[in-house]
Amino acid sequence: MPFQSTVGDYQTVATLETFGFLPPFTQDEIYDQIAYIIAQGWSPLIEHVHPSRSMATYWSYWKLPFFGEKDLGVIVSELEACHRAYPDHHVRLVGYDAYTQSQGACFVVFEGR
Amino acid sequence: MSKKYDAGVKEYRDTYWTPDYVPLDTDLLACFKCTGQEGVPKEEVAAAVAAESSTGTWSTVWSELLTDLDFYKGRCYRIEDVPGDKESFYAFIAYPLDLFEEGSITNVLTSLVGNVFGFKALRHLRLEDIRFPLAFIKTCMGPPNGIQVERDRMNKYGRPLLGCTIKPKLGLSGKNYGRVVYECLRGGLDFTKDDENINSQPFQRWQNRFEFVAEAVKSAQEETGEKKGHYLNCTAATPEEMYERAEFAKELGQPIIMHDYITGGFTANTGLAKWCRKNGMLLHIHRAMHAVIDRHPKHGIHFRVLAKCLRLSGGDQLHTGTVVGKLEGDRQTTLGYIDQLRESFVPEDRTRGNFFDQDWGSMGGVFAVASGGIHVWHMPALVAIFGDDSVLQFGGGTHGHPWGSAAGAAANRVALEACVKARNAGREIEKESREILTEAAKHSPELAIALETWKEIKFEFDTVDKLDVAV
Repeated sequence: MPFQSTVGDYQTVATLETFGFLPPFTQDEIYDQIAYIIAQGWSPLIEHVHPSRSMATYWSYWKLPFFGEKDLGVIVSELEACHRAYPDHHVRLVGYDAYTQSQGACFVVFEGR
Repeated sequence: MSKKYDAGVKEYRDTYWTPDYVPLDTDLLACFKCTGQEGVPKEEVAAAVAAESSTGTWSTVWSELLTDLDFYKGRCYRIEDVPGDKESFYAFIAYPLDLFEEGSITNVLTSLVGNVFGFKALRHLRLEDIRFPLAFIKTCMGPPNGIQVERDRMNKYGRPLLGCTIKPKLGLSGKNYGRVVYECLRGGLDFTKDDENINSQPFQRWQNRFEFVAEAVKSAQEETGEKKGHYLNCTAATPEEMYERAEFAKELGQPIIMHDYITGGFTANTGLAKWCRKNGMLLHIHRAMHAVIDRHPKHGIHFRVLAKCLRLSGGDQLHTGTVVGKLEGDRQTTLGYIDQLRESFVPEDRTRGNFFDQDWGSMGGVFAVASGGIHVWHMPALVAIFGDDSVLQFGGGTHGHPWGSAAGAAANRVALEACVKARNAGREIEKESREILTEAAKHSPELAIALETWKEIKFEFDTVDKLDVAV
């Protein structure tokens, strides 16, 4: 019987923090996450950066944080507008929590290349 | 108003049992579970505890008339039955703020859990809870960084952090140890941890470990594009050596160090926490020896007290047990004390074991660390119990993967993110745990194999220390 190894090789992957280990989200899955951010009372915020600077603390804001925005449709169209304006950039969505001055959610929606 | 000196032995309750007393906001309050010797009245036992843990001694002494002892004495102001237990009772004791040195947890514990625990009139004594007055809390520095700063430093948002202790815990050379760190971090963990037993043994001296670990962290960070860290254990035989190790970790540019706060002691811990604040270093806290003190339901100190003391002494992460893994801890009690670590106000709630309202003021929060005998199947429950401000640590559950630690790490990371995603989408992750994990495994052979490897492992023993409730 030919030798068959049961051990697989794990290849290191470059990832972009939270949700980096999941397959890209479908549109519905992205809507779910935006709805969660809004339901928590956090402000949606869109940031983008050139992939060469992805480890930087500061990514550029797209416009300003969308303070108090409750309309899921607005956030979806802003995400798309940001992606159109910077097609080669990573675009991430943040749920900004002013109470803790932290981010209750943060994940990359469009990966630049 | 002066008093006459009257030599002799008075009953404690004449002085220290004051049921009409209304505690002040500045009083430090304590709840003890007392089990007296047969025949000794409850009031006398409770008053004795108040006396022996504050100003009293067994005999009247002339020198107490040189001061106003009524101002300084601790007093028992309430006695309550323990539900479902006929031989024990709760004694609530108020201590005036001036009994304690500012910022010294060591001083508080020396008084409250000092001689009194060996007192012959008691069979058992357990310190269940302390209400620290805000006036005392403001004299303590607390966590060197707190949850918000740690998230910003490590760039981790919207999920629990993921870690693992390096195994085997003893016996690896520095270079081999660094290899295991590298494997875990490249596989997707945020942190790896020195086992608490690792200090500076003959097989692996601390400098050598620190250097190899620093290189492992750097490589993993470069290859994955994510921030990584390893808790470098600085616990040592003397404070001087502890600081020397901390300084070297800083020199190597590492983000986090580690200390064992009970075996190392509160004085060492508070000192190291201050060093961390000053030097921009995160501090992970292990709790070896806690179960010696906190596991017996009638004697010792409840862990919620040790957790509160750690938040005051200083630490950015503290081990809290897992509820679901191999180590002791029931769910409600654990939720009760992780609130004490993370919230700015915790209301009295006996169903969670919290005996007092506790106002933490502006003190930073501490990440709850769940570690010990947990694996991917536990992930949904862990995310539900501990929430985002936690570090979930899988030791055997990472290194035990058939493909090795990197694949084990990736399996845990996929499982964690799948649970967070499902939770955010409104799914009940504990009920739907099987579906969520199996769906996620379709895209991750590492997770599929992990699920197969650990499918039968459970730790279902009854908890020894339970909340006191009537049966």
